[in-house]
Amino acid sequence: MVDMSSFAEAGADLELVGIQKRFPGFTAIEHLDLKIPAGSFFALLGPSGCGKTTTLRLVAGLEDPSTGKILIGGRDVTALKPHKRPVNTVFQSYALFPHMSVLENVAFGLRRRRIGDPVAKAHEALRLVELDHVADRKPAQLSGGQQQRVALARAVVNRPALLLLDEPLGALDLKLRRQMQQELKQIQQEVGLTFLHVTHDQEEAMTMADTVAVMNKGRIEQMGAPEELYELPRTVFVANFLGQSNLFEVEVAGTTDQAVQTALANGARITVPRSRSERDSGQITVGVRPEKLRLHVQEPTADASINVIGPGRITDVSFIGVSTQYTVEVPGAGAVQVFAQNVEAGPAAHLGDQVWLSWLAEHTFGLADDRLETGALTADFSTQAIAAQAAFAGDGE
Amino acid sequence: MNRFSLGKAFVPVVGTVALIYLLLPIAHVILFSFNQKRGRNNIMWNGFSLQNWQNPCGAPQVCTAFGNSILVGVVATVAATVLGTLIAIALVRYKFKGRSTVSLLLFTPMATPEVVLGAGLAAQFLLAGVEKGIGTIILAHTMFCISYVVVAVKARVASLNPAIEEAGRDLYASPGQVFWRVTLPMLMPGIIGAALLSFALSFDDFIITNFNSGTATTFPKFIYVSALKGVPAQANVLASIVFVGALLLVIVVQMVNINRQKRLSRA
Amino acid sequence: MAFTAFSANAKVVEQAPKKRGWIALLLLAPGIAYMLLFFVAPFIQLAITSLQAPAEGGGIGQYVAALQFQNYWVALQEYWPHLVRSFVYAIIGTIVGLLISYPLAYLIGVRVRHRPMLQGILLILVIAPFFISFLLRTLAWKSILPDSFIGTDGSVIFGLVYNFIPFMVLPMFASLQALDLRLVEAGTDLYASPITVFRKVTLPLSMPGIVSGTLLSFIPMSGDYVNASREFLGGTGTAMIGNVIESNFLQTQNYPMAAALSILLMAIILIVVATYVRRSGAEDLL
Repeated sequence: MVDMSSFAEAGADLELVGIQKRFPGFTAIEHLDLKIPAGSFFALLGPSGCGKTTTLRLVAGLEDPSTGKILIGGRDVTALKPHKRPVNTVFQSYALFPHMSVLENVAFGLRRRRIGDPVAKAHEALRLVELDHVADRKPAQLSGGQQQRVALARAVVNRPALLLLDEPLGALDLKLRRQMQQELKQIQQEVGLTFLHVTHDQEEAMTMADTVAVMNKGRIEQMGAPEELYELPRTVFVANFLGQSNLFEVEVAGTTDQAVQTALANGARITVPRSRSERDSGQITVGVRPEKLRLHVQEPTADASINVIGPGRITDVSFIGVSTQYTVEVPGAGAVQVFAQNVEAGPAAHLGDQVWLSWLAEHTFGLADDRLETGALTADFSTQAIAAQAAFAGDGE
Repeated sequence: MNRFSLGKAFVPVVGTVALIYLLLPIAHVILFSFNQKRGRNNIMWNGFSLQNWQNPCGAPQVCTAFGNSILVGVVATVAATVLGTLIAIALVRYKFKGRSTVSLLLFTPMATPEVVLGAGLAAQFLLAGVEKGIGTIILAHTMFCISYVVVAVKARVASLNPAIEEAGRDLYASPGQVFWRVTLPMLMPGIIGAALLSFALSFDDFIITNFNSGTATTFPKFIYVSALKGVPAQANVLASIVFVGALLLVIVVQMVNINRQKRLSRA
Repeated sequence: MAFTAFSANAKVVEQAPKKRGWIALLLLAPGIAYMLLFFVAPFIQLAITSLQAPAEGGGIGQYVAALQFQNYWVALQEYWPHLVRSFVYAIIGTIVGLLISYPLAYLIGVRVRHRPMLQGILLILVIAPFFISFLLRTLAWKSILPDSFIGTDGSVIFGLVYNFIPFMVLPMFASLQALDLRLVEAGTDLYASPITVFRKVTLPLSMPGIVSGTLLSFIPMSGDYVNASREFLGGTGTAMIGNVIESNFLQTQNYPMAAALSILLMAIILIVVATYVRRSGAEDLL
């Protein structure tokens, strides 16, 4: 058993080995192998129902895995009940004890572990989140943002080896959320704890985390540093879930040891660096991020390092402020999104213009799978599975 | 992996013992309705017989008493439900002086032992020179049922979404129409629940009835009076019939509800 | 179920602001008038009766209006053992009932919460006793229990506990059903053992139900006389104040005595309840 009396002054690593979690009616986690190094800020990103919250609950001990092991700091904690694990959770609903004051909420874990001087430590944690002045109020008297900070203080004060955050910023407005994102990152680095953050907000995951794992239907599709995931997605799901992508169905025409040559249906050539393509033969899907594209009013000169498609017509122009988003219909390639930073005031192109699109070949990526026929992001769960999930999560109302 | 612990077994074990404690006498009552008749007592088991069931009104007075209980129950329930529903709506929806006094007035009967309520009413009837009988029983029952109706309906009124009634007004319904066509139907489950509760309380009431019935008899009073000499098995028969009937009613309602929920989630 | 209304955790939707108007009085008038006539007036009548004196040269049941306050003193002197006994029975009965009912309420409201079918069945079993006369059920116990036990204090308490279990289970169930289990999870996440979570989270949050349930049982128990009567589970030494009031009123027709005892019973209950409610901070229940 992990020594409970004095926790980490630094975090511990987390290892999930061969985890599977089945519920009656659906399987939440198909197969999970994960290793999170100590002291890192790790984000588990995915849509609703992908299994990320279940993973969190397994680590906290609030669920038991159907198969597999969980190790914290090298020790197998799979059989331990939650109150014996050196893990704390910041719940999505905050779960503050309504009948206790803010101070008592924060001191709760310390008292259970018989840590000396719980009141002073609780005040210290409240100062960290700048809420010491409401220490004597009840949770119902606080705003949503304040409650969220109390929930954070309540967890952090215990200096757990591993801190779990279950979409804790979901209920906050944009400005407050940004502020809290920064504070969380700061606290994590200051105290040196290991954070496991579960969220469906990709922007949040990318700003805060050192490593992001994208989860879909009970499996991790891709894992890595945020830039890596963003610039080099490996599956259609990741390409579309993390930011936006332009995807093209192409046929591989030939390969060199540096590059894979492909061709669109209309013959236009698209070159993908070999190191950035998962597949190198047959019908594959390649893609490029919209901000990497440049608009040209005349056909640009050919160059081995550039991919060009067009001509196409601009069918939509949206002014976003920082950028302008164009939709360009290119015969043979479909509707292509272009994000152009508004370096100059005033639009670079207009609705109906004929344009060519180019981008550096090194920005192209080749995916391991293809888009579904329906164009949907993922195959729908059966409605029965959705109902089963909803019924299961239905308590606490 | 199963985390079995002694602590976890505690609740189901005690809970089951409590349920057995609750249900054992019911089984006994139903069983003894099938008891072979021998003498006036229905205490010793004499063998299985369907006699009592074939002749449920066989014992003197038992069916009169039963009929009276039903009559009193129905009348008192209707009166209490109407009066109580009106009060509940007023309490939740309207501001008026003396709200807390009215609340107090309504909830004190629930905090008063039946002995006191019964004696008080009896003293009142005595003074007024009113002859005690079925009428006084009905008056008494209506009184204590109103409080329970108010509590039950109040909860239901408070849980109504006001936006629905506002939608009704937005769609050209007058306040009266809103009440009849929107509010009342939405309240109906709560009102029906309150009415059933009221009937159950009235039907099984003994103490208040005993003080205010004079020579008239209700089913509980009949049982109490015959307890000394021996309660006839017919009483068990009638009670079992009511029991099974009420049980079936509740089960049917539950099944309908569960089915409705299942259908909604089966897309 | 209508009984969930008795829990202080009943769901409340945000209401439109309350309206003013004479409609309120129209809605209230019939009901209030009824209650004034059949509840308030009888109380006043009881008070008046309790001060009556025997009529000169009158027979049984003949009394005249008077201000004979010593009726109370006489009543206390003669019947204080019955008063004490009633409250002792009621307190023991409430405590024992609580110990039996809470686990059952917990079982239904928390443990089987995820299986509505089973929950429904258990709830039906709990309210099933209401569908069959309590007198017959109490008589059934008289048959089932050994004769040597009948007529003792224990058997009366046994009967009292039995008759009021549903009254305790239902409000406690309603409170426990409304318990947010995520708070329990938060407790275990913060190193509290299951027993500590119960003590510090579940118990305080289910307190409104406990207060409701115990009040709904204690009050009727103190005034009960069926369980304690000889035909049922009582014996010679178990008469409660209810038995005394009944016999004085209906048999010896000593109305002032019965009325005085009723008022005394009511006064004591009010004091006990007021103290209890204030101590447990549940004033908003009333």
